[in-house]
Amino acid sequence: MAAIFQGVGAAAPLSSSPSNSFDSNKSVFSPRRSFSVSKRVSFAVVRSDGKVNLNPKGRRDQRLIPNAVATNAGSAAASKQGHELLLFEALQEGLEEEMERDPRVCVMGEDVGHYGGSYKVTKGLAKRFGDLRVLDTPIAENSFTGMGIGAAMTGLRPVIEGMNMGFLLLAFNQISNNCGMLHYTSGGQFTIPVVVRGPGGVGRQLGAEHSQRLESYFQSIPGIQMVACSTPYNAKGLMKAAIRSENPVILFEHVLLYNLKERIPDEDYICNLEEAEMVRPGEHVTILTYSRMRYHVMQAAKTLVNKGYDPEVIDIRSLKPFDLYTIGNSVKKTHRVLIVEECMRTGGIGASLTAAITENFNDYLDAPIMCLSSQDVPTPYAGTLEEVTVVQPAQIVTAVEQLCQ
Amino acid sequence: MATAFSAAKFSTQPFHLNPTSTTSHDSPLVFANPTSQFLGSTRKLHLTSSSKFNLTRRSGTVVAVSDVVKQKKSKSAPTLLITKEEGLELYEDMILGRAFEDMCAQMYYRGKMFGFVHLYNGQEAVSTGFIKLLKQQDSVVSTYRDHVHALSKGVPARAVMSELFGKTTGCCRGQGGSMHMFSREHNVLGGFAFIGEGIPVATGAAFTSKYKREVLKEADCDHVTLAFFGDGTCNNGQFFECLNMAALWKLPIVFVVENNLWAIGMSHLRATSDPQIYKKGPAFGMPGIHVDGMDVLKVREVAKEAIGRARRGEGPTLVECETYRFRGHSLADPDELRDPAEKAHYAARDPITALKKYLIENSLASEAELKAIDKKIDEVVEDAVEFADESPVPARSQLLENVFADPKGFGIGPDGRYRCEDPKFTEGTAHV
Repeated sequence: MAAIFQGVGAAAPLSSSPSNSFDSNKSVFSPRRSFSVSKRVSFAVVRSDGKVNLNPKGRRDQRLIPNAVATNAGSAAASKQGHELLLFEALQEGLEEEMERDPRVCVMGEDVGHYGGSYKVTKGLAKRFGDLRVLDTPIAENSFTGMGIGAAMTGLRPVIEGMNMGFLLLAFNQISNNCGMLHYTSGGQFTIPVVVRGPGGVGRQLGAEHSQRLESYFQSIPGIQMVACSTPYNAKGLMKAAIRSENPVILFEHVLLYNLKERIPDEDYICNLEEAEMVRPGEHVTILTYSRMRYHVMQAAKTLVNKGYDPEVIDIRSLKPFDLYTIGNSVKKTHRVLIVEECMRTGGIGASLTAAITENFNDYLDAPIMCLSSQDVPTPYAGTLEEVTVVQPAQIVTAVEQLCQ
Repeated sequence: MATAFSAAKFSTQPFHLNPTSTTSHDSPLVFANPTSQFLGSTRKLHLTSSSKFNLTRRSGTVVAVSDVVKQKKSKSAPTLLITKEEGLELYEDMILGRAFEDMCAQMYYRGKMFGFVHLYNGQEAVSTGFIKLLKQQDSVVSTYRDHVHALSKGVPARAVMSELFGKTTGCCRGQGGSMHMFSREHNVLGGFAFIGEGIPVATGAAFTSKYKREVLKEADCDHVTLAFFGDGTCNNGQFFECLNMAALWKLPIVFVVENNLWAIGMSHLRATSDPQIYKKGPAFGMPGIHVDGMDVLKVREVAKEAIGRARRGEGPTLVECETYRFRGHSLADPDELRDPAEKAHYAARDPITALKKYLIENSLASEAELKAIDKKIDEVVEDAVEFADESPVPARSQLLENVFADPKGFGIGPDGRYRCEDPKFTEGTAHV
C-alpha cells in the first residue's frame, strides 16, 4: 500500500513548489487538472466558545463583495500578520498544539510515527513526542481503532489515522458499535473522545478502492459527529475542535487538498464543529457543498458571476449534524438550493441534506432542490472516466442556470 | 510462589495430571534482554514444541479435582493454596455467580427480562479465579456472558439485576441490558454483543496503563486489564491482531479464553483447525497456558502468575481455561446438540462442589459456615430482585440523554439554537 502514495502527484507531501499554491492569478481549469482553487475570503465567524472571538458583533457577519472571487489576501483572521502554510501543515500545527496542550492526546495509525504520515500530517511529531504518543501500528485497522476506543474510555484522547479513509471500512465494526454507541450503552459512564481522521475522496487516478467517500456510510451511526475540512484555516480549526470535543468526531480530509496554501492567524483558534461556513454571500441561489467540491463550486461561481448570477456558496463543513440555521437562513433568502457533493448519489450526504431541507424549509423553496453528486460508479482508473464521475464546474453552471429559470 | 512459568515448576506441582491429560503448558519462553524500548523485537525465543498431546482433547482422561486433592494430601508438602479467608471469599463469589444466574433464568421465564440472556453457570471458577486477584483500578472486559464478571469485579447485584430488568437504576441506566454491563467505578469496560469486539478495547485499556506509566510518568501505574472471551472468538481476526499488538508493545493484559467447547451449536473441534488455543500464544511471542477451568484453585494459581507478569511489565499472557457451561448458549437456546454424557461429565466437575469439598476436607471451613454463606447470598439475590422490581422504568426524557457526551453534537436547529437547548429535547419528544 505504501508504494502508491509515493507516486501521487497532487498528494506529494513535501513539495511546496509555487505551482502547488493556488492563488487567484494562477487558477486554471483544465481537463487534466480537474480542480483549481482561487484565493477567497471566507466569512466564517469562528464560534470558539469563549476563546478567540473574531467577530465582536455577533454570530453572523456578512459583508457583500461584488466579485465571486475576492482578491483580498487576508483570511478570516483578525490579525494581518499570521503565517502562510499548506493544509497538511495546518493539520500538523493543530495536532501539535493540542498535543502540547494536553499530554493525554496521542496519535495512532499506520506509518504516523517514523514515516511522518503518508501525507506528512504527523511529520516530526514522533521525534518530538516519542514513539508511544505517536504510535506506529501494525496493519490492523479494526483492532487499532478498537484500541484507540479502549484507550479513550480509560482516559486518553487518541487521534486515530486511517492511512486512507477507505481503510477505515475495515474498522467499521469498531466505529459503529463501539465509537458511536458505547457512551449510550454504558449509560453515560464512559466517554469516547476520539478523533478518527484520514484522507478520502477522489484523487488523481488512484483507482476505485483508494477513491472512496465514507461520509455516506458513516452518517447513520448514532453518537458520532462528522466534519469535513476544506481550507488550511478550517483544517486547523476543526482538528483542534475535534480533539477538544468530548464526542467522537470523524474528520474527513481530501487527498487533493493537502497542498492548498493560505495565511492563517498566529493566535490560538478553533472552528466550531457544528457550524457551516459562508464562503460567498449571494442572492439568487444557495449552493451547499463541502470539501473539494467547494473549489469546483467557486470556479463555477466565477463563470456564473460573469453571466450575471449571484450565487450564495456555503461550505457546510459539519456533515453530521447539519447546521440548519445557516442553511435555513440562506434558503429563506434565495429560495433555490443546489447541493454539490463528491460522494455517491445514492444515500449520500446530499440525499440527507435534501431531506432535511425539505422537511424544515419546504415552504421557502421556489424550485425542487437539485443535487449534483458523483456517479454511482466505482471510480475508474482512466483519467477521462474519473473526471466524469465527479461533478465538474461546467455541470454546476448548467445546474444553476436551470434552477434559476 | 514460583515466578515463572517453568516446566520444572509444573512438574512438582500436584496438579500435574496424568501425561495424556491436557493440562499442558509450554516450556519456558526465554526472553533475552527484555528491552526497554517498546519497539522492535530483539528477543530470542526458545520453544520446545509440545507436540506430544493428542489432538482429540476430550479423551475423558481428565482427572477430577477430588482425586487430585487426594494425591496432594499424600505428597510430602501439605501447604494449602489458600487461607480460610481467601477460601470463603472465593466460595462466596462463586455462589453469588451461580445463584444470580439461576435467578436470572427464573426471572426471564417470568417475563421480567427479555432479549438475549447468556448465563454463566459452570464457568464460575474462571471469573472468580481471575477477578478476585485484581485491584479496583484494574480493568475487566468481557463478552455478552458478562453478568458474573461484573459481579466478581464488585458491581452490586442490585445494579446488575436492575439493568437486566431495564430499570433506570441499572448500572447502565437500563440502556445497555444483559450484554452490555459497564461500570466506571469498578472498571468493567463491557459487555459486548459481537464477539471479539471487546478484545481491542481491552488492549486499549492496557495501552493506557502503559502510557500512564511511560508518558504521563505516573510511575506506580501498574493497572492490569483482563480480556475474557470464548473459544469461538479465537478464530476471529481481532483476537490475533490484538495478540500481536499486545506482545509487540508488552502491554499489561491477560487474554483469558473461556473454552467451553461450544459456540452456540458449533463445536470448537468443528470450527478450529488447531483446537489447542493456548498454542497460539507463543506464535505471537507470549506464553500460552492451559488450565483446568473447572477448578478455581488451579485457575487462581495461573492467574497469579499471569497478572504478576503483566504488573511487572513483562507483557501479555494467553490463558486457555478448559471449562463448560451447564446451560445452553442463551435462555433461548434449546441446547439439543450437546451430548448428555458430556454434560454429565462436566456436571460432576462442578467448580463449586469441588471447592466446597476442598474447604471442608482441609478444615478451612465447616459445613455450617458454608451454609451460612449460601443463605446470605440467597438473601442478596432476593434483595436484588426486589430492588429491581421496585425501581422505576426509564422516563421518556432519558431517550436522548447519553447519545453524546457533549449534547451540542446534535447540532444547530433551524432556529439558530443548539438542539439540546430545546426544552422538547430534554423531554425526549424532540426529533433529531
